[in-house]
Amino acid sequence: MKKQKLVMIGNGMAGCRTLEELLKLAPDMYDITVFGAEPHPNYNRILLSPVLAGEMTLQDIVLNDLDWYAANGITLHAGRKVTKIDRVKRKVIAADGTEAEYDRLLLATGSMPFILPVPGKDLPGVIAYRDIADTEAMIEAAKHHSHAVVVGAGLLGLEAANGLRLRGMDVTVVHLGDWIMERQLDKPAADLLMKSLEAKGLKFALGKQTAELVKGESGRVAAVKFKDGGSIPADLVVMAVGIRPNVELAEKSGIHCERGIVVNDTLQTYDPKVYAVGECAAHRGTAYGLVAPLFEQAKVCANHLAHFGIGRYQGSVTSTKLKVTGIDVFSAGNFMGGEGTDEVVLNDPAGGVYKKLVLQGNQLIGAVLYGDTADGAWYFQLLKDKQCVKDIRDHLMFGQNHVGDVGHAGQSKAAAMPDEAEVCGCNGVCKGTIVKAIKEHGLFTIDDVRKHTKASSSCGSCTGLVEQILASTVGGAYQPAESKDKPVCGCTERSHGEVRAAIREHKLLTIPAVMEFMEWKTPNGCASCRPALNYYLISTWPHEAKDDPQSRFINERAHANIQKDGTYSVVPRMWGGLTTPAELRVIAEVAEKYEVPTVKMTGGARIDLLGIAKEKLPLVWADLGAAGLVSGHAYGKSIRTVKTCVGAEHCRFGTQRSMDMGVKLEKMLFGMWSPHKVKLAVSGCPRNCAEAGIKDVGVIGVDSGYELYVAGNGGIKTEVAEFLCKVKNDEDVMEVSGAFLQLYREEGFYLERTCHYVARVGLDHVKKRVVEDAENRKALYERLLFALQDYEDPWQAAVRKPAVRREYEIIEVTA
Amino acid sequence: MNDRTEWKKVCELEDIPRLGSRVVKSAAGMIAVFRTAEDEVFALHDKCPHRGGPLSQGMVHGKTVTCPMHGMKLGLDTGEAVAPDKGCAKAFEVKVDGGCVMLLLKAGA
Repeated sequence: MKKQKLVMIGNGMAGCRTLEELLKLAPDMYDITVFGAEPHPNYNRILLSPVLAGEMTLQDIVLNDLDWYAANGITLHAGRKVTKIDRVKRKVIAADGTEAEYDRLLLATGSMPFILPVPGKDLPGVIAYRDIADTEAMIEAAKHHSHAVVVGAGLLGLEAANGLRLRGMDVTVVHLGDWIMERQLDKPAADLLMKSLEAKGLKFALGKQTAELVKGESGRVAAVKFKDGGSIPADLVVMAVGIRPNVELAEKSGIHCERGIVVNDTLQTYDPKVYAVGECAAHRGTAYGLVAPLFEQAKVCANHLAHFGIGRYQGSVTSTKLKVTGIDVFSAGNFMGGEGTDEVVLNDPAGGVYKKLVLQGNQLIGAVLYGDTADGAWYFQLLKDKQCVKDIRDHLMFGQNHVGDVGHAGQSKAAAMPDEAEVCGCNGVCKGTIVKAIKEHGLFTIDDVRKHTKASSSCGSCTGLVEQILASTVGGAYQPAESKDKPVCGCTERSHGEVRAAIREHKLLTIPAVMEFMEWKTPNGCASCRPALNYYLISTWPHEAKDDPQSRFINERAHANIQKDGTYSVVPRMWGGLTTPAELRVIAEVAEKYEVPTVKMTGGARIDLLGIAKEKLPLVWADLGAAGLVSGHAYGKSIRTVKTCVGAEHCRFGTQRSMDMGVKLEKMLFGMWSPHKVKLAVSGCPRNCAEAGIKDVGVIGVDSGYELYVAGNGGIKTEVAEFLCKVKNDEDVMEVSGAFLQLYREEGFYLERTCHYVARVGLDHVKKRVVEDAENRKALYERLLFALQDYEDPWQAAVRKPAVRREYEIIEVTA
Repeated sequence: MNDRTEWKKVCELEDIPRLGSRVVKSAAGMIAVFRTAEDEVFALHDKCPHRGGPLSQGMVHGKTVTCPMHGMKLGLDTGEAVAPDKGCAKAFEVKVDGGCVMLLLKAGA
């Protein structure tokens, strides 16, 4: 098939991101031609401010160098401005006569700075702040002149003023409004910001309207005159009063424009062959001026250009961060509040900290932070996800650490961390390495940072910290992923929720069927999505969907835990933590016979035999099985252990027979696969020696029955289990615990522990289905028992079946 | 010095599960032999260039294997790590002949 022709007008961040996304999806689909009015390859416009401030150089901010265009076969016409689109003949014509035909056209013309229509606006020394040329003009002016006036105290204006001040100019910021950055900040935050900018040497003239720019003797601008009569000297005037989507070309070509070029949810204009992304586009009446939404648009647009056609852009919530070194400001959403909203405010003017959170019902809808913005990313995530904050409302203001991240308490101020401070404790990655990778490779997402540095790619407990570093390094370009609708992995655009629903509603029974139905982009997935799909299939359609060993992580495939040297560990099950002399004797014999180098008690009260070669596993299992020992599933996303205290059987304080209860629970749950590992504990009295407060299901015996707790976690981030309900007897413990675990099995996303699952759906949701609705509880319980019936010990299955056993054997090739 | 090589029979194709692998012990060390969904076979030194994980125990998808230890992805045909990771596991020549999987190894070894 002949390649189609794609022409892009505008060589900026939104457009180039679209091309990058497109090349990932369909590298050979189009012959691509790019026209850019500026004589540069694509650079990071957001970082012009650090360049002006002298903190970075122009070379540092190039995102796609000329080699990138060449390597991807893209024809680049840099410095050539397109002046005409002939939609009938489907071609574009540049000012110098260069022409290019298109099958699809992508408009990414960005925006134009708004220039106040006042006398003198065209004088030398009057500029906007938009591109490299403007930045260079400012740097040049700072060398020869001393008085600068910045008109407009928005984000851009303040960054320009700060940069000019750092370059030695005397800078006054003129602003029409009563406080600075009024589109991003409320007055108290703005006042604090102004105070610290004044301390840096900036001057402000608020409530002033510019009437005229006065020409000096040299012909250059010399002063700014205000409507109220006053005036101030100015050798350089920077207009930063706003931007307008650049729609001139589109309008001239008869494409429907309002505030911007009007696009639908697939970023197509009224001419379906013509797309528009970025600042020039108006989607549902909004033209975005920050980079994060543009990247979301780019993704959807690329998706559509590649004929995938499943992505939709539905608008963005934006956040703002000011890039002035040493000053931390963050704002997002509806920060002014109003009717029907509540405000939580922390105001410490002397300490230079101001925080305001705006809530509506049980949702966070806006935030302004000044002085301490460490939790900005977290608030933004809560806001975007529309998460219910009812349960954390009383300490929401104190930030994420206060909600219980024990792993990194006191280490939340990413910006203040020294470069050599270790961020990722699993992979030994320090802050400097992360910042360097972000700058050198132009990274914008947490996934990119993971790929390049390995930071936060193992246990994930430092994810928040890495996000903060990313946010403070790239500023407004940082957009946290939507945690709810996040795609399963790079193989698909579908989220876990969508995949689960499709498997259930369309009765999909195999991984290939799911991949075909949901339009997977890769032939057989990857190591992230296949285990998830396999779990969703066998948990949704037990006894019907077939388990696929090749889609399980090695531990679940080999029914043992792989260790760093490639050997395995074997943990026989000890129901409720109980064992017998006979079992111990067999374990001891096996340990000697197979020369097991390490024998250890696990955290779940059983014995671990470490250092067994894979080919020996079936032999070890055969010996253990002869004494009735079965797999402890210490390797699985499955039921692990039920830890017990000795309880009323022996303990003088015991109120319930906890060992007995624990054994019954563990026998019931044997062979239960789940989104992540599941651990239970049963204590015989409120002294709670079995530590039931940090288990997925914790049972605590009391004189009148049992208290049930769920969604605790003792791992990466300690979570105290929440009280679910109180029950009278052993049968009720089995039914309620079983129903809760089945609900988790049916609704949980793969690799989501119960604590994350309950945090996502809310404890009320769980209580409604498991505690209040008796009929539903029984149905859940029965579905669990049905799924678990006839489960065979996987160790004995491997011992018995030659075909399975063979996979443990090594093939020897000799001469 | 003997540089002669010869094809040596390893196993039947059916002995390797689709999207799975088998481990072969040879004079050249441990070799992981993989089978893709399309029944193509590939062979790599069974040692991840990252921290020495056994690639044979990884998950196969497309023409790639993900190491079970820390998730590094390697191309099955070249043994090269998928960017941005760097590293390479030695690739061996392997073919299927009449249902038999054959490895090209040093003669007499």
